[in-house]
Amino acid sequence: MPASLPDTELEQLELDLFVQALKRRHGHDFSQYAPASLMRRVRQLVHDHGCSSVSALTARLLHEPDFVTQVIQGLSVPVSEMFRDPNVFRLLREQVLPILASYPQINIWQAGCAHGQEVYSLAILLEEEGLYERSHIFATDFNPNALQRAREGIYPAKDAQLWSRNYLEAGGNLSLASYYSARYDFIRINERLRRNITFANHNLVVDKVFCEAHLVLCRNVLIYFSNPLQNRTLTLFRDSLVRGGHLCLGLRETLDFAPVAIYFTAIDAKLRLYRRSSQPSSGNHDDSP
Amino acid sequence: MTRPEAIAIGCSTGGFDALKVVLAALDPRLPQALLVCCHTTGNVETMCELLASHSVLPVIEAHERGPASGNTVHIAPSGYHLLLEQDRHFALSVDERVCFSRPSIDVLFESAADVYHAALIGVVLTGANHDGADGLAHIRSRGGIAVIQTPASAKAAAMPQAALDKAGTDYCLPLEQIAPLLNRLCLR
Repeated sequence: MPASLPDTELEQLELDLFVQALKRRHGHDFSQYAPASLMRRVRQLVHDHGCSSVSALTARLLHEPDFVTQVIQGLSVPVSEMFRDPNVFRLLREQVLPILASYPQINIWQAGCAHGQEVYSLAILLEEEGLYERSHIFATDFNPNALQRAREGIYPAKDAQLWSRNYLEAGGNLSLASYYSARYDFIRINERLRRNITFANHNLVVDKVFCEAHLVLCRNVLIYFSNPLQNRTLTLFRDSLVRGGHLCLGLRETLDFAPVAIYFTAIDAKLRLYRRSSQPSSGNHDDSP
Repeated sequence: MTRPEAIAIGCSTGGFDALKVVLAALDPRLPQALLVCCHTTGNVETMCELLASHSVLPVIEAHERGPASGNTVHIAPSGYHLLLEQDRHFALSVDERVCFSRPSIDVLFESAADVYHAALIGVVLTGANHDGADGLAHIRSRGGIAVIQTPASAKAAAMPQAALDKAGTDYCLPLEQIAPLLNRLCLR
């Protein structure tokens, strides 16, 4: 054994032990997360909680029963916007919703809903296209705090300006303000918009398929997953989607390293919109950079 | 001295013009991977095309899960942090902005330093905030080489000045002398 380990190797070892502790003590498995981002978030936790090292953080995780809540909070950083990437929501409105309209009951799964901004964006699209009464959105996340925030639908008022612009660029005809009430420095999404949304805890790392979906939205979640976990998650989506069902991913996500991608055909490769094919196809799932 | 395997460059205000100058004067034989974080609200695809017309090396947007290839300039996509995994493939994140920026230079520098250790050169060019200062300190703590554009020669002096104050440097040079230095350090 070497007398001293280089700093980076020592920290890597500490990170491995932290992940082990989180899994064995609390049942949260981050071993299949992409390491670079995980390391960054763990360093942030070390800093925020005034720990001297990752090992010190691990010690608190092992000995303080309630500390895990704060750790999970720090490891899942839910950053999103309403109608983020307006082109994508315009595409959903113009091309996907007319297809969904042919189903008597529409099921949508938003996987990794974070604070709910995209869930409410979807609900608004469905409402405006006259489909919301027969739609149900399952909004899932593994972080209970994020789910609670999503349920409440309360956001800083300073974000509303950008979101209103996004909404219009996504083809909205009204004003985003007709869907929320503003109070002091916050906006609150109208209760009515929540009527067909079920918020539920679901962990893409361990949990199974729970619904038959016509559309799955999972944007900027898979970027945090290693290749095997990305493939596992996409397999869940494949098994959840009806034949011809749609899958919408984040704008910079790639399916190039996921074997299960042969079950998806690109509808708009640039905007990362795919359809579940009935037969596996060879390649051509993603030609765009 | 460790032979550099990658060069990470960070810039902000005035960064596009500064990058043109640096990329035009690099040696086309450089075997290193170049990783660039330039704060911009514009379209990165367009930026890559424009930079490619000045650069002696191919300029492409860094792809999620794609390799950090040698002899190539990889530009961070806008709206995402760019990170590097130990297998030298890229990863993206939409974590909180750092120094009001996503992509952030600190994020790129730190993760690149964790991968390349001493075989990394970090370059901080013109910019109007202090992104990159912590990252450059991290690079130096891992044994990498720091290069900073002299604040007086930068369109915006704040960023190189912050890097100097926080991280110190191995080289501090006017913009025109940075590419020749990189060529010397990388082709030894």
